[in-house]
Amino acid sequence: MVERGEVDAARVMPHSAHRSRYHAVLGLIGRRLLFAVPVFGVVSFGVFLLAAASPFDPLDQYYGVRMNRASEADLARAREQLGTDDSVFVQFGRWVGGVFTGDLGVSRSFRQPVTEVLAERLPWTVLLCAVGLVLAIALAVTLGVLAAWRQGGWADRLITATGHALEGIPPFVLALLSIAVFSLALGWLPVAGLTDAGAGLSAGQVARHLALPALVLGISQAPWLVLHLRQSMLSSLADEHVTGARARGLGERLVVLRHALPTALLPLITLIGVRVPELVTGAVLVEEVFSWPGAAAAVVQAALAVDFPLLAALTLLAAGTTLLGSLFADVTTALLDPRVATDG
Amino acid sequence: MFDTVTSLPSRPMLPALAPAITILTVAVLAAGCTAPSEPNDEQQGRDARSIVLADSTEPESLNPLLGYGAEGASKLYDGLFAFDGKQELRPALAAKRPEPAPDGKSWTVKIRKNVTFHDGSDLGADDVVATYRAALDPAYASTVKSEFSMLTDVKRLDAETVRFDLKYSYAAWPAKMVLGIVPSEALAKRAPLDRSSLNTKPIGTGPYKLVNWRRGDQMSWAANRDYWGGAPKVNKITVVFAPDDNTRAQRMQAGEFDGAVLPPTLAKTFDNSDTYRTVYHKSVDYRSITLPSGHPVTGDPAIRKALNLAVNRKGMVDGPLGGHGVPASTPFSPARPEFLEPEATFDFDRSEAERLLDSAGWKEGADGIRSKGGQRARFTVMYFADDSLRKELAQAFASDAKEIGVQVELAGLDSSAVKPRLAKDAVVLGGGNPIDPDPQVYDALHSSRAGDGYANPGRYRNPTVDAALDKARATTDPAQRSAYYREVQRSYVDDPGSVYLVFLEHAYLMRDEWNGYQPVIEPHTHGTTWGPWWNVEKWTPRG
Repeated sequence: MVERGEVDAARVMPHSAHRSRYHAVLGLIGRRLLFAVPVFGVVSFGVFLLAAASPFDPLDQYYGVRMNRASEADLARAREQLGTDDSVFVQFGRWVGGVFTGDLGVSRSFRQPVTEVLAERLPWTVLLCAVGLVLAIALAVTLGVLAAWRQGGWADRLITATGHALEGIPPFVLALLSIAVFSLALGWLPVAGLTDAGAGLSAGQVARHLALPALVLGISQAPWLVLHLRQSMLSSLADEHVTGARARGLGERLVVLRHALPTALLPLITLIGVRVPELVTGAVLVEEVFSWPGAAAAVVQAALAVDFPLLAALTLLAAGTTLLGSLFADVTTALLDPRVATDG
Repeated sequence: MFDTVTSLPSRPMLPALAPAITILTVAVLAAGCTAPSEPNDEQQGRDARSIVLADSTEPESLNPLLGYGAEGASKLYDGLFAFDGKQELRPALAAKRPEPAPDGKSWTVKIRKNVTFHDGSDLGADDVVATYRAALDPAYASTVKSEFSMLTDVKRLDAETVRFDLKYSYAAWPAKMVLGIVPSEALAKRAPLDRSSLNTKPIGTGPYKLVNWRRGDQMSWAANRDYWGGAPKVNKITVVFAPDDNTRAQRMQAGEFDGAVLPPTLAKTFDNSDTYRTVYHKSVDYRSITLPSGHPVTGDPAIRKALNLAVNRKGMVDGPLGGHGVPASTPFSPARPEFLEPEATFDFDRSEAERLLDSAGWKEGADGIRSKGGQRARFTVMYFADDSLRKELAQAFASDAKEIGVQVELAGLDSSAVKPRLAKDAVVLGGGNPIDPDPQVYDALHSSRAGDGYANPGRYRNPTVDAALDKARATTDPAQRSAYYREVQRSYVDDPGSVYLVFLEHAYLMRDEWNGYQPVIEPHTHGTTWGPWWNVEKWTPRG
């Protein structure tokens, strides 16, 4: 997003050879990755600054109930050992030093190395987000096409109205509502967790427990995509090549799906990259409500515990995902531009 | 890459996606329909050799040196001694009763033979020494360190014997030996324990081994076939963490669990259940309100006494506690009657409280609030904002105080915000250790502990109480100790430094399908580690 200009630069040279297009795109990727380094530095230091300003005492989390029995002298010694009293610069320096040697530090709230926490939790977040995203895209394509095709009809009005309404509902409200309806009232799906109590980790168990959170995440991300696709479908339906196809007497179905949709899909693909930050925030809320054991839910716990190392790692992860998302958006725009494609 | 792009226009996207969407939708719905709201397949043909429990709190770590199972009863570890649930300590990893030296300043313990850790290594004196030294050594930053302040060192006498050397004669030492023993190899590195592998991959000698722990979700244990006390008959235990009380009750209603912790008010709704039996356990788990000595209002002896007389403790038991608890006047619980002075109680006598305040010069103003020499009878009571019971008790206290013209303002705070204010503002406290009175009362009442963290936060000072507490911890004879503790209580009620409100009863639901259940007197920290399952390793499936 930041460097949209470069993409446009790539666009206005439609007659160059493939090779130079590749070079332009590779250059873009290279510059972005280089640019990411200072971003990561600023973001992670920001996390340390915020945590230092937080009123929570990290020792409260470390001691838990044992705080009741701890003497001030022992607390002071523990602070010294754990380095929680060091200045934010010293703590940040220690952490950065560790990162370069592959040690992300110890999570104080989980009482285990940050790398272990991430290894255990990240796959579940990736699974949730991937399934949620696929659902959102599926919804966007079906509903967006339907709404544009029957513009002004009852389906269009229903889809547009619901879309606008859903855009205003935060994912956690949707999550609580879906638990109330599908888990508590109807009893179809489990309330929370990864498996039933006492059940082993199996694909069937995970699928059943994944259904509601993924659906909620998908639906909460869908409205924006649906409304966008509807809009771009409307403009592509008015395109000359679509009018041409109609004039050649092609069937309506063929015109919409083969001629109008592909043009409308291109902007959608790039938009998905831009949606990544919302997907990440959505995942935090959804994982928290559904006790999904992913990395996003750990953000809440880490924040409450002033758990610098874990918080920094998770924030960097989120920042990295966002940067990658926008890079993906720009690269796909550069590569998938129809003018480039038709020229090839 | 460009091939894909050029081929795009000719590929029918929607028809390709439509089946995918259909499959997804059907899969989601089918998954839903095959999941009955009632117990699922596994639970229908329930295996009595496995138990599924629901708990409200999740342990922060599984390391005894970071406070896991600090009062014993942990299923993963054993201490040298274990609480028998009523009043005695019985040898666990110790071979027999501990032997104090004549001066009470050192205790020699013989270690049980042929005990192995979950990793197959043998238990020996070195493991005991390493565990207690790690508790003491600041380099490990153990969170139980302060609780071993009387210990100077632990020495290995031979492969099966250790000796604990104490700073002073300490009769309650056996109660400290419930600390879970970990293998010395796990403590080889002198470093803060936040990195210890025991936190998530515990190695103990206990009746159960950890199978897996999914944070924020559930934990499961398998029976330790080689347990020194005999292999448990209940093979598998799963503990599900469901912090919200109402959600836990709802899932219980659906038959998802074999047992759960519930607040008494919710447990009551299961009184007529055919599936579950409701049990209430006595505890030494008190709730009190500190009265800071340095505050012009709460430091006044007349106010302290009057508040103690004005509080309707019975009303608190009947209201917020749902009838399950007992009034408290001192930190000594009726659950351990051998240490209790039955006369040392406060009556609920509002007119006597008012008479006391009148004669001490606290005169009622136009708005009904008393004042004396320009000082209004007003103070703040803090409580932890996330604890609804403490909040309700604080509210009840404030309204009782108002009746006698004392204005109490409430402040629900995070624990980090409470601590710096302990010296000047009152706070609702809770705690309790059933094994011995010393850990429960010494810190709370002795002047030497005044203002040290949460120990005696109101800075209570009473020389008679101090002397009796010191004599009680230096005396090993039970009858003599009991006499000193009675003296503590009599002196305390003449000059109270807090308002002890209630002792809780902890409520649990359990399926009644096993033999071996025994009630237990519980500590403050309980959950499914205590409750009916405190001795689950001795249970046998019925029928």
